[in-house]
This record gives sequence, C-alpha cells and structure tokens, in this order.
Amino acid sequence: MAIISVKNLIKTYGNGEVETKVLRGLNLEINSGEFVAIMGKSGAGKSTLLYQISLLDRPTDGQVIVDGVDILALDEDERTDFRLKHLGYIFQDYALVPELNAIENVIIPLLMEGIPEDEAKKRGMESLKELGLDGKANNRPNQLSGGEQQRVSIARAIVQNPQILFADEPTANLDSMSSAAVIESLKRLHEKGQTIVMVTHEEEYTVDCDKVIYLIDGQVAEERIKQKPLK
Amino acid sequence: MFRKFKKFQTSLVVGTLLAKRQITRGNFWINVLIIGIMTLTFLSLVVISGILVGLLEGSFQANRERYSGDVFISTLADESSIQSTGMIQSTLESLPIVQDFTVRYKSGATIEANYRERRDFSALPNSVGVNIVGIDPEREESVTGLSESLVEGQMLESDESGYILLGSTFIRRYSNFSDLFEPLDEVYPGDRVKVSVTGKGLTFSSDLSGDSTASSNTQEFIVKGIVKSKVDEVSLAAFVTESDYRRLTGDTSLNAQEIAIKKADGYEDQYVKQVLVSYGFSNLAKIQTAAEAIPKFLDDIKQTFSILGTAIGGIGLVVSAITIFIVIYINALTRRKFIGILKGIGISGTAIEIAYVLQSVFYVLIGSLIGALIVYGLLVPVIAANPIDFPFSDGILVADPLPTFNRFLILFFVTVIAGYLPARLIVKKNTLDSILQR
Repeated sequence: MAIISVKNLIKTYGNGEVETKVLRGLNLEINSGEFVAIMGKSGAGKSTLLYQISLLDRPTDGQVIVDGVDILALDEDERTDFRLKHLGYIFQDYALVPELNAIENVIIPLLMEGIPEDEAKKRGMESLKELGLDGKANNRPNQLSGGEQQRVSIARAIVQNPQILFADEPTANLDSMSSAAVIESLKRLHEKGQTIVMVTHEEEYTVDCDKVIYLIDGQVAEERIKQKPLK
Repeated sequence: MFRKFKKFQTSLVVGTLLAKRQITRGNFWINVLIIGIMTLTFLSLVVISGILVGLLEGSFQANRERYSGDVFISTLADESSIQSTGMIQSTLESLPIVQDFTVRYKSGATIEANYRERRDFSALPNSVGVNIVGIDPEREESVTGLSESLVEGQMLESDESGYILLGSTFIRRYSNFSDLFEPLDEVYPGDRVKVSVTGKGLTFSSDLSGDSTASSNTQEFIVKGIVKSKVDEVSLAAFVTESDYRRLTGDTSLNAQEIAIKKADGYEDQYVKQVLVSYGFSNLAKIQTAAEAIPKFLDDIKQTFSILGTAIGGIGLVVSAITIFIVIYINALTRRKFIGILKGIGISGTAIEIAYVLQSVFYVLIGSLIGALIVYGLLVPVIAANPIDFPFSDGILVADPLPTFNRFLILFFVTVIAGYLPARLIVKKNTLDSILQR
C-alpha cells in the first residue's frame, strides 16, 4: 500500500527568464514499510524531491498524497502539525539546537505534542538508548562527535514513532565508521517496519534498501526494486 | 477552541524551554549587553524626569521645611494681619495634631549699613529695603530650623535684645541680585546696622547708644548672623526677636502676619487644615497646606518639567526599542537555520515566538529590577542626603512608585513588542529557506 504517492510533480525555482525547472512531471509511489533510497547526480533533484514529499517545501504543480492526505491542500500551520505527527527528519548536518542537550533535543517534538515532560524524557531516553547514546543524554551538541550528533538527530526523528522517516544525505558529513553506524541504525529501524526515504550519493549504503530510485534531470530514470528473499 | 488552547499550552511549554536554554546557555555577554541597555533605559525614563521634577520638588520641600511648615496660616486678602491671632495660638497649643508652631510679625523696613564710615553725605546711603520679621527664636528654630540656614554668626536668643539676623541676599558678597539693587557692603556679624520701619505710625527712635528722637522710627541693631537659603522668604528677610520687633515698629497688636505649623507625626496636612477650618479660623485667616501655599505657576512648571522629562525619557525609550529590535533580530537571524529546523520538525511558530517574547520579558524584568535597585537603593537616598546644588533649589530625585511603575509598564510593553516583531519576521519566512539559509 502506497504511503507516498506522487503524480506529475513539478518544482520550479525562480520566475520568468531565470526560471529553473528542477522536477519535471515526476511520478512515484513509496509503500508503507519500505526503505527507499533516492539517488542521482548533483542537480538531478534528489533533495528537492525529498523536500516536496516531506512537506518542507511546496511543489509548483502536481499531486502529492502522504499517508492519504493531499498535502497541497494544507495551510502552513496544518503542514507544521502534519510534520510533527507523521514525519521524522534526519538532516545532513544533524540540525540539533545548540543550546539544548541531547535529551532535550530529542524530546522537544514530544513536548510539542503535549506529552508531559517526565513521560517525554522516559521515551527520549529509550530512543537514545536504542542508538547507544544513553550515557550522553546531558551532553550538548558541541560535546558530541559528528556521528553521535547524527544519532541524536535520528533519536529525535524516531521518538514520536513517525509514519515516515526522511533522511537527507545522513552520512555526508561523517567518516566511514560513523556512517556505517548511522546506516546500521536506519537498517534496524527498517527491520521494525519503519518507512524510510533516504537521499544519498553513496551506492554502498543502498544495499539494504527495498527500492532505489535514480533521478536524472528531475525525472525518475530508473527504479530498482530489490528482490526480497523467499521466506 | 479547546484544541487551539491545548496547542497554545504546548507552544508555551516548548517556548519556555527554548527561552530558558537560550538565556542560560546562550552568549553571556549578549545577555549582559541587553540587560545593560534595559537598565539604562529604565534609568533614563525615571531619573531624567525625576531630577527635573525634583528640581522644583526640592524647592517645595525646602519651602515646607524652612518657611511654611506643614500648614501655613497667613492674612486674608483684604486684611493686614491674622485676626484673633491669640485665640488661634491658644487653640494650636491645645491640639495634639500640632507638634509646634511659630508666629511671625512682618513689616517693611529699610536697613542701612556702613553709616559710621559714611563721609560723603551727598551720596546715597548704603541701604536696602527688607521684610523685617519678628519671631520667637526658639519656636522658629523648632518649626523651621532657622539656625541651619546660618552661614555666619549665631542664632538669635529669645531673651536678648538689639540683635538682628540678615538675609544673605542683602549682603554684596552673597547677593546674586546686585544688578537689580544695591546691596549692603561688607557687613559681618558684630557690625551695626540701622533699621527704619515705615507705615506703623511710630513716634520714637532709639539705638544702642541710647540716642532717641521722637520723630524717627529707626533703631540700631548688631548683626548677629547671616542666613542664606534658597527659600527667598528667608534670604530676603531680616529677623529680630518679637520684643525687638514691637519696640521697633511700635506695633502693640497681638495679631501676626504668619503662623507656620509643624504637624504631629501620623497626620496628613489636609487633615490638620480641616481641623483648623472646623474651628472657623478660615474666616480669620487664610489656611493652606504646604502644597497649597506653593504658587500655582510653580506647580505648572513642575507639571511641565514632568512632561518634558517623560518626553526626553521617551526618546531613550525609542532608542532602546530600536536597539532591542536590532539585537533580537540579529540574534534570530543568526539562529534562522535552527528556527527553520524547529519548524521543520513540527515546532509551531507560536512556540518560537513565545521563546523570543519570554527572553524579552526576562531582559526587561531584570534590567528594570536593577534600574529600580539603583534608583531606590542608591540614587534617591544619596541625592536626598546630598541634594544637587541648583541655583534656585536643592534638587532631589523624585521617583514616586506609581509613576515609576507606569514607566516600567511602558518599557515592558515596548520591549516585548521589540522582541516579538523580529521573531515573527523570521518565523514567517519559508521553512526550507530558513533551513538552507537562502
């Protein structure tokens, strides 16, 4: 069952003579529970696609249905609310709030959902523990390594059990060991049934993906679906 | 409705957490800078107008302490003296609301100095026109502390005769008005002066040497002291004992021209006045509280100064508001990426705006608190103990709690707006543009 359905998606930047069409009538479907990688050369529109389907940006035209909701029909507040309740994000540069420590960074979406602080902290600690960071809960981002920061970012993204987890080049700023640890964390989440959409440059991190979508010039050039082993 | 309230409540929780962390873990020196600006703005709002008002208030206060007392009785407009002064005195003696009072007898007079050294009788004598005031020195001291105004010599004694205290304005070395009238030259305690009284129908004159002429109303006095005060009624007068006054003027009437009353502790001026009015004394004399005894134009000037002070403080307020706006805008702008990320992960714009508003509230509260401590803990008591020496008054700092609180409210409101607007501007930007900082 498609949790994300994209039809004829167009995204244009600029206007008039300097108009740049980044996505050109793109179509795709992502099913619930899938681990999908979006690949392509620089300028192919990978991140732009991710921003459109993750509600961080507004498409110029087309239709995007996420978890049964036509996201183009939502106003700004509804989009923020939708992101809070349905989506999780892992950014390339971790994107942690520098004044908050690890546990505070993780629980802030829970507090926004109205979950009491004690319960939020309990759940936040569980998320950090799952990513091997329970001993660093009180560390601020500048007291953590890049890999640890990215894992805090993952903990923040998964703490409210989102329907879909979006990861924008999560290993781009990490060394190979930290990258492997982050991919391992995503793999474990996927094994638990988490839908993950990841933009990446690196082929080696797509081996565990169910689907790899290759973009060229803002269109889907190839969709490689991994054959699942027979049980 | 409930959902909106719930959403606001969670935004408040998140906004409070963000504000708390940004204050406690943000740049310490930015906090110091903003709080410093708030403190200075508070001071400019309160102190400038407080000093301007205090300039006149100091004068009013001096007038009360050195001349009028808390309640002042003077002659009715069409009378030359307070009717039934004796009866009023007896009543005042019996009233527990009156701590003490002093009765003054006043008359116009001319004082001539340096007459013994005068050789050229075609030249004008070295004389000035004064108000000669007959007092009971002890009671005057009790009510107005006249001796505290002495700059040379000593205070009059009740049981002595032939001595005079001269107001400093009439002495050249103290006088600021030598271009308006010719003051007395080189008069010091111990010198002799001649006092001539007019208009009392006198028929004798005497001096310390025993000379007397039936057609003159002149008496010679020894200068016992010189009094200097920023209250004109003191520095423009010459004081003698009541008995000397009577001898000089020949006035046998017991009706005085002024009574200055010092009320007992715990009573309001207005109450004391009302009690005196209830005795029917307002038919015999003009009864005023110290505040009422101030000429209306001075009170108008006081109001004008207050408005002027508020206007000058208002300029400081605008400058401060712009500064707070810029500081918070730059702060929010440099954190634009994180604001975008917070929005991206679902934190409401309201929560982020609340965070900045709460920071502004923190800055204005701490800044104003420090400002209030400086004003009430330092400036008011220090300036009260060491008044600012203005030409016509000893200026104090007037910082009444209610107007100060009103100014704080204005500062609070302006600061919160100055904190909210930049946050709102940044929050309203496109989420992705904020994250990518483009």
